Amino acid sequence: MSESIIQIQHLNKTFGSGDTAVHALEDINLDIKQGEIFGIIGLSGAGKSTLVRCINLLERPTEGTVIVDGKEMTALSEKELRLARRDVTMIFQSFNLLMQRTCLKNVCFPMELCGTPAAQAKKRALELLEIVGLADKADAYPSQLSGGQKQRVAIARALATDPKVLLCDEATSALDPTTTASILALLKDLNQKLGVTVVVITHQMSVIEEICSRVAILDGGVVAEQGNVEEIFSNPKTDAARRLVYPGGASVQQYPVGTHAVRVAFNGGTAYQPLIASLAIDCGVKVNILGADTRNIDGKAFGTMLLGLPDDPNEAAKALSYIRSQPNVTAEEVEYHA
Amino acid sequence: MLDALIQGFSNFFSGAFSTIAVLFTAEFWSKYGPLLLDGTIDTLVMTGISTVFAYLLGLPLGVALILTQPHGIRPNNAIYKVLGWIINVGRSLPFIILMVAIMDFTKLIVGTKIGVRGAIVPLVVSAAPFIARMVETSLSEVDAGVVEAAQSMGASTLQIVWKVYLPEAKPSLVLGGAISIVTILAYTAIAGAIGAGGLGDLAIRYGYQRRYPPMLLVTVIFLIVLVQLIQSVFSHVSARIDKRLDSGHKKGFAPLEMLARFTHTK
Repeated sequence: MSESIIQIQHLNKTFGSGDTAVHALEDINLDIKQGEIFGIIGLSGAGKSTLVRCINLLERPTEGTVIVDGKEMTALSEKELRLARRDVTMIFQSFNLLMQRTCLKNVCFPMELCGTPAAQAKKRALELLEIVGLADKADAYPSQLSGGQKQRVAIARALATDPKVLLCDEATSALDPTTTASILALLKDLNQKLGVTVVVITHQMSVIEEICSRVAILDGGVVAEQGNVEEIFSNPKTDAARRLVYPGGASVQQYPVGTHAVRVAFNGGTAYQPLIASLAIDCGVKVNILGADTRNIDGKAFGTMLLGLPDDPNEAAKALSYIRSQPNVTAEEVEYHA
Repeated sequence: MLDALIQGFSNFFSGAFSTIAVLFTAEFWSKYGPLLLDGTIDTLVMTGISTVFAYLLGLPLGVALILTQPHGIRPNNAIYKVLGWIINVGRSLPFIILMVAIMDFTKLIVGTKIGVRGAIVPLVVSAAPFIARMVETSLSEVDAGVVEAAQSMGASTLQIVWKVYLPEAKPSLVLGGAISIVTILAYTAIAGAIGAGGLGDLAIRYGYQRRYPPMLLVTVIFLIVLVQLIQSVFSHVSARIDKRLDSGHKKGFAPLEMLARFTHTK
């Protein structure tokens, strides 16, 4: 668990040159451990997708080193790189399945590329479709599947070469919350059962919260913060982190200094309105909604809310324990260092 | 004035009527039938052979354009620009001028400047750049994300061409094939002008030079039927092999369905 599988050192990526040069990534240093689920989060244009493509060298870094499973990727020959990519596979936001091939043939595809005998590839592909729960769709074409099913096929395909690392580039961004949850559960399951290291790129906080153990926050091409998910979420130190962690992208300046607040995440329980109402009725505690980014889907609440707690520490503690006792709700205290 | 107009129209219609009427006489078919059969076969042979060779040149050219374009998987501006320039030059020459201009080259390759064989060389030279652009367009429809996915799995350039670009673009390539064949078919009629044989040759020699309208009419009908058949077959095949569409609503082969509508009795 503690051994590094991906080490990114002083990575820079610049597009173009001269006056028009765009510094997409600047001095990125990351150390991703074997067997963990590592999240990279940032807003659009932060450089997430470029960063993940620098890991399997779909983008060649301008400077710096990328070491995956002991191999210095930037130093590999073209042929060596193609071999190395079998160990670092990828899934995408738009699934990127071959539309003219059946699901089975899609999963066979990476094995075809490395010359696995057809019968053996077919057997393995059926096993993988079984693992992702789509054995009955082996002969269906991607156009006949739902988004979640397509991503499951893509995951099966990505696992075909027994990779050590699975890169997920906004893999759930095109899916609805329920499907997202099931895909995340699958990724977590595969991580535990197969021991594959998972790198998750996303702009959704909920994705990080759901499955990641550690996270790096990318902002304007630099790593603003990195560390354990709970630490960063409960105590974001940089503006970039606060923008992501606080609902509605609220900046700390909006809140009075010393506000005692709690960040509540709804993971598909009952709707959020009754929580606030029942908090007032059952505990007699009035909380202040500082910000909210919640969606009500089929009567279930998803998203996050930032609540300002009363100044009285007893009342605050009462409210906090009440919120924590609710099903499908997680709450973390938040401190300010404005 | 009005009388003259009416007279003109009636002359035209009676002329058209007698032209059509000739086509229903046994005499016409016994006299010109074998000639028309040979002409049709010549047209099909010229079109078929030229299409095959034009694709042998045009397909790799189209693939090369896609690979070397600025965002391709093997970007190479020099090759991309030079190929693009050559193709544009080839495309900008009208067929009849190209045909005359390369006559010596044609003789060098096939040993003659005229006839079916003499037409094939200029047909290939003229159609290949056109086909290269058609292929480029079809391949550019392939989702860049799918190509990237193949790269992320360690596919080589050749594997991406054979296993991603060509199979994924197949329905579009087939549709492009129909356009290419019909274009070459039209060129064969022009080639007829300088003695290449085929239906175009018959139309010019009998219909135009000898002022024999029934021959002109019958070659036009033959060409229309050929084009319709080619287009229907290729459209049908393209729709059949395309797995992006919901296969539940596939239509049958249009000409056969039309035929069935006439022959079907309750």
